[in-house]
Amino acid sequence: MQAMMEKRAKELLADGTVNRVLGWSAGEFPYDITPAVFETAKELEDAFVYNDFCAANLSKYLVKESRKEGKILVFLKPCDTYSFNQLLAEHRILRENIYVIGVPCYGKADVEKLKAMGIEGITGIVMQNGTYTVETVYGDQTVKAADAMAERCLSCKSKKHVVYDELLGDEGEVDADCNRFDMVEKLEAMTPDERFAFWRGELSRCIRCNACRNVCPACTCEQCVFDNPNSGVSQKAAVTSFEENLFHIIRAFHVAGRCTDCGECSRVCPQHIPLHLLNRKFIKDINEFYGDYQAGADPEAKPPLGTYDKADREAGEGGRH
Amino acid sequence: MKKLQKTQLQPFFAALAANASLYLPVDNEVGKAEFKKWQDGVQMSTALNTLRSAKDFFFPQTENLMEFKMEGKRIDVIDTREECEDFVLFGVRACDAASFAILDRVYLVDPVDTYYKNRREHGTVVTLACGRPAETCFCGTFGIDATDPAGDVTAWELADGYALRANTEKGEALLASVAALLTDTDTAEVEAEQARVRAILARLPLSGLTTEGLGEGMTKEFFARPEWAALSEACLGCGTCTFVCPTCQCYDIRDFDTGHGIQRFRCWDSCMYSDFTKMAHGNPRTSQLERFRQRFMHKLVYFPDNNDGIFGCVGCGRCLARCPISMNIVKVMKALKKGGAEQ
Amino acid sequence: MNETLIPYAGVVTEITGQTPDVKTFRVEAPEGGKLFEHLPGQCAMLSVPGISEAMISITSSPTNRDFMEFSVKKCGCLTDWLHAMDEGQMITVRGPYGRHFPVEEELKGKNLVFVAGGIGLAPLRSVINYVRDNRANYGRVDIIYGSRSKEDLVYYNEIVSEWTNTPDFHVHLTIDREQEGWDGHVGFVPNYISELELSAVNACALVCGPPIMIKFSLPNLLQAGFDKTQIFTTMELRMKCGIGKCGRCNIGNKYVCKDGPVFRFDQLDELPDEY
Repeated sequence: MQAMMEKRAKELLADGTVNRVLGWSAGEFPYDITPAVFETAKELEDAFVYNDFCAANLSKYLVKESRKEGKILVFLKPCDTYSFNQLLAEHRILRENIYVIGVPCYGKADVEKLKAMGIEGITGIVMQNGTYTVETVYGDQTVKAADAMAERCLSCKSKKHVVYDELLGDEGEVDADCNRFDMVEKLEAMTPDERFAFWRGELSRCIRCNACRNVCPACTCEQCVFDNPNSGVSQKAAVTSFEENLFHIIRAFHVAGRCTDCGECSRVCPQHIPLHLLNRKFIKDINEFYGDYQAGADPEAKPPLGTYDKADREAGEGGRH
Repeated sequence: MKKLQKTQLQPFFAALAANASLYLPVDNEVGKAEFKKWQDGVQMSTALNTLRSAKDFFFPQTENLMEFKMEGKRIDVIDTREECEDFVLFGVRACDAASFAILDRVYLVDPVDTYYKNRREHGTVVTLACGRPAETCFCGTFGIDATDPAGDVTAWELADGYALRANTEKGEALLASVAALLTDTDTAEVEAEQARVRAILARLPLSGLTTEGLGEGMTKEFFARPEWAALSEACLGCGTCTFVCPTCQCYDIRDFDTGHGIQRFRCWDSCMYSDFTKMAHGNPRTSQLERFRQRFMHKLVYFPDNNDGIFGCVGCGRCLARCPISMNIVKVMKALKKGGAEQ
Repeated sequence: MNETLIPYAGVVTEITGQTPDVKTFRVEAPEGGKLFEHLPGQCAMLSVPGISEAMISITSSPTNRDFMEFSVKKCGCLTDWLHAMDEGQMITVRGPYGRHFPVEEELKGKNLVFVAGGIGLAPLRSVINYVRDNRANYGRVDIIYGSRSKEDLVYYNEIVSEWTNTPDFHVHLTIDREQEGWDGHVGFVPNYISELELSAVNACALVCGPPIMIKFSLPNLLQAGFDKTQIFTTMELRMKCGIGKCGRCNIGNKYVCKDGPVFRFDQLDELPDEY
């Protein structure tokens, strides 16, 4: 797939369809891959990579990139296309300056899972036929790809691209039965005290680095309320121990109905806080209150929280929790 | 050199905890190591290092500095400083131990930061030599020996126990307080362990990384380099690298209205944040390129300029593991060196 | 042990309106007298707890034994608050911070040229009054000061009644545009420098004002024969600690709060262009 993508990118650069390519750039190790813009065939040859560790969702970079001179080619995985559509619906990206190539994804790997198996000193990873041969300074180890799959990919909602100009590889399908609300249900089944304790425990680890917010394709405010000294709530650290909770709760409210469940927030959290669960709770509630809705599936769709219908439940009516 | 049998580890912790609060790396709810207070039954993590660095103990994420009582036109300044309680940090790695010396160069130089000094004076650091370094490790680049870390006491994990060596008066006192659990030993076992680990360190992928061409006096050389644009291109402008970094020491000072008065506190700040240098009438660093450049120029040039050539990085590898977009100081060092070689 | 982050509480005993958006605040210790000593060009962190803290230059001369003064332009949270408050209100002050103008070193025995624009006269006023109080130690003094309009000239009364009457003090005021009731010079400060035919012999120049004024004044001073080692300025960047630790006011390896705010232009040349 990497070779196909590189070839196509070179063709589109050569024929002038695009003047830049937004993809992934290889790092020091097999897994530390950085989003990057490539401008020449040489740059692509030197560093372009697409493998199981290309986890970053490139959609949000288009807010900036689509406003630059010329057209940019972007490679989007199925779940990234939902973010793309949502950004389109919110008029945050300029569609005419973007050429989208959908690329298949069979679930991305999480190097933390390898490390949790005690694999350290990684110098190389050979990915073949569903297994990873991990070369380390302590010897080689073979791991099933499925065992190293990122948590968010284990409950992947869709392997279908909802938008593209061109597709490489086979198209996948929406998985209505992806069990992504399992953990939310577990949390719902808890008593309020248990649930409170769960979140206090998780959020107490927050270091307020803002990685979740800055990576989030739904967080595209020109200036976040938490960064605005005139908002009265701009803070960089907890002054009281409840402060962090407030930050995450407010953020979850703000992206409610717009979050496509891409899972980037939890992926980037340096403290491994399962932030996506807050957003999934909203998604589940919205589905239950207003009928199934998937943000980003259709850029023309009317968002349930942005429309009013006489049949809508009143406050309190839907209040199961 | 002293030795502690593995079977005596918990009694050793109990004895230390009897005299002072003892903190050591413990696996948390998500299986990652973080420094936690030891109490009976708490097991030390086997992880190579903690997610957050040990700087928190001397330079916490947030701390109250003082309070103000406001009454009409009157303001009373209330000094809320208190003598810190004694504490022991066990299991600090060589990189983090080296970071304390870097933080000291900021906070203990005149005018001394008394909040930091208070904690430093009351903390005793027991380091633990690394046994199984990771691919992200590159402390050797900065002359740090992972097999012989600094600290008040240095410990080495051996097959059947721990070798312990006091390096300072504080360290001597600490070992004296638990003398009953220790026996004398020679350095042979430690030397064998060091040789084993040094062989691994030499095989690590970043073992060849040097500081050659970086450091003091390189501002003019590096500041306007074209490489900054590509390096900073994908940066999210979050504070992850700065907050997991053991040497990042920038802070903000803020006020909080408690309802009974004003609490002035300080908290970690990040040069990666857009408001870091923002003033009412402008901002000298308007783009992420400038903010990104500042962070690395600080560690690789400005800090060495002002500190006898010592770099502001200890090679702990946390930013390599944690950056959401996998951009980090190693990539920056390599790009700057490569660009320099091509010029 | 003394902690430099902990401020003193001081009483604002007098507030003087200088221009529509600049006021001067006289601050004394609650028991009277100055909160601390300083040298010309040094700054202090002023704060209203619960609002914020900001670095402000001390505009009074250290030769003033009774109080300190700060001139503040209304341009943000804290300054809005200061402008709205009444005399008798307490604020907090800590300092002094930074390097001062070398009044007892390089500047001593020299002819001095002060170049200021707008509120930029505030840090220089400290030097000017220091020189007036130690008149025998300095030569000829030229003060070139400009603002948008007559109303925007700070310390106007002091300039006219005191500075102009000091022996061998030559005050050159200018405003940007013609104005009724103004028969003085009209034009921008940088141009005025060229018109005045200043002598750079045994002289030093001290420049402070908007960045654009400094930018265009520098070549004209060089044209007049000044060397960069003879020209001083004072910088302003966002600060939190004031003691070179919080990490935000650096230009290259120099912290403006600690290694500045006063810099000589040849020293600034050594720093990256990020201010």
